[in-house]
Amino acid sequence: MTAVTDPMSIPAAHVQRKTPKGTFDLIFRNASFLSALFVLLLLAGIMLSMVIGGWPAFRAMGLGFITGTQWDTQADVYGAWPAIAGTLSTAFLALVIGVPLSLGIAVYLTQLAPPWFKQPVSTAIELLAAVPSIIYGMWGLFVFVPLFAAYVQQPLSNIVEGMPIVGTILYSRSPSGLGILTAGIILAFMIIPFVASIVRDMLDQIPSVLRESAYGIGATTWEVVRHVLVPQAGVSIIGAIMLGLGRALGETMAVTFVVGNANRLSASIMDPGSTIASRIANEFNEAIGLQLNALIALGCILFFVTFVVLVIARILVARVKAF
Amino acid sequence: MSLATPSTVRELPPSTWGRVRKSRRVADKAMRIITASFTMIAIFVLFWILGMLIVKGIGGLSVATFTQTMPGPGSQGGGLANAIVGSIILTFLGIAIATPIGVLAGTYLAEYGKGSKLADLIRFINDILLSAPSILIGLFVYVILVEPLGGYSGWAGGVALGIIAIPVIVRTTEDMLRLVPGPLREAGSALGAPTSVVITSITWKAAKSGMVTGILLALARIAGETAPLIFTALNNSFWFSPDLLGGVSNLPVTIYQFASAPYENWQQLAWAGSLIITMSILVLSIVARRIVRGAK
Repeated sequence: MTAVTDPMSIPAAHVQRKTPKGTFDLIFRNASFLSALFVLLLLAGIMLSMVIGGWPAFRAMGLGFITGTQWDTQADVYGAWPAIAGTLSTAFLALVIGVPLSLGIAVYLTQLAPPWFKQPVSTAIELLAAVPSIIYGMWGLFVFVPLFAAYVQQPLSNIVEGMPIVGTILYSRSPSGLGILTAGIILAFMIIPFVASIVRDMLDQIPSVLRESAYGIGATTWEVVRHVLVPQAGVSIIGAIMLGLGRALGETMAVTFVVGNANRLSASIMDPGSTIASRIANEFNEAIGLQLNALIALGCILFFVTFVVLVIARILVARVKAF
Repeated sequence: MSLATPSTVRELPPSTWGRVRKSRRVADKAMRIITASFTMIAIFVLFWILGMLIVKGIGGLSVATFTQTMPGPGSQGGGLANAIVGSIILTFLGIAIATPIGVLAGTYLAEYGKGSKLADLIRFINDILLSAPSILIGLFVYVILVEPLGGYSGWAGGVALGIIAIPVIVRTTEDMLRLVPGPLREAGSALGAPTSVVITSITWKAAKSGMVTGILLALARIAGETAPLIFTALNNSFWFSPDLLGGVSNLPVTIYQFASAPYENWQQLAWAGSLIITMSILVLSIVARRIVRGAK
């Protein structure tokens, strides 16, 4: 008896099951497609909002917005050059200090660290990335700046005073500890975890046969790193550095705390300056009218600079992942 | 011949470095010392920062920190209760916005968009958004939400944090789904399940712990974000209104405003807030890492 009723109930259940799942399938597919498109839309939206929001300032100032050195809210004259120069110089200093440290850490972790030591050190380096930007700012302002002023800026200023070139670049008129170099040093520690972990992954990916054959012909660890690993990782190391540069360019809170927020341009890296991001963070909440547009226009410049840097970085990093 | 071999061996100095030229030996030694000390410097800075937070922050921690609202200028005592609750609300609002979009977009990239040009482009753009400066995302939300709606709000803050979290979730979701072996999907399809059912009840289940890690990492990333909140949720020293309109107090902006304030109790609270926020984020990231390692 049961054998007769069973085949009859199956087609009915089959019809009931198929219809709702068919629509769910379609909805799910489209929802995930639209979510993915949303990512594209976000980037386009950021680009458009920066251009439109900053347009009045670009129109009012013309090319002078980029080359002008005056930022005067009373006269409504806005020139972004001091902020652009500050952004570029802090990021450059961050790379000069941070990249050798990151490469050294990556080499140590992949080639030299004893196995039991590798995991905790990797985690510690990655935790440097988890510390919020504002905490780096607090550490910079209340711990690092006083030490830097007392033990580096003042003695160095006394030594280099009056010397040609070095006396200009390293002399601080008021050794407060705040300045472009201080911001560069703090930024260096902030980019280390990003650069170091990418380079570490790159070095780990290199087939160990290459390493072993180099050791086999009697190369020292240094020679293996210098002549085998670095050429193999090649452009991807540059990609990792560019990624660090992208971070350093747009970093806001830590820099705002330690850069000194001066609107003037100075030839010395010991003097206070400002970056695009610190200028925006400082002035935004009190800004009205054209000043607001000028700040968004600054954001627009920052966007296009970091966009180009990050695109190059991703292309270089991706090229090696394929091998 | 066989007699000559032992004698040459005996002539070598006991060190394994015997036949290596001195300059090569020195270069190698120098590299070992330099890389090890670079690593020590980075670890030292991490512990220096954590030590500073504990030394300066622990004095500001008390019951009042968690029960009282922020003090006004010049008044005594006070706490961070409203800022802590506000921060939690903004962060979870951000995650609530980012999770569905991020998970679905990551699913599209890993499951539907294999080999399509559009998916490659989206993946590339997502990687760029992943490292885009957060201050720009704050400005973006200011232009599209704060300016048109005529005021700072917790909603705008949540949206800004959500936009920062989306690329993180997209990336980890895609990576984790790619680790799921193909035969598992094929087995599902062979049973007659449509693609959506295969994804939701097989692939997602297999990749669950990795996807949760992605969300936790996104949470850790946005919990300490300050810059985007300056333009969106701002801050105030009272309990926020239930509709989240107007400034919503939150820890990062409070720290920013209190840190260099002239009142001693404000500075104390800034340190306490820094300690709370950093420790929560570090615990979150360590837990997330544990889950990943457990899954592997």
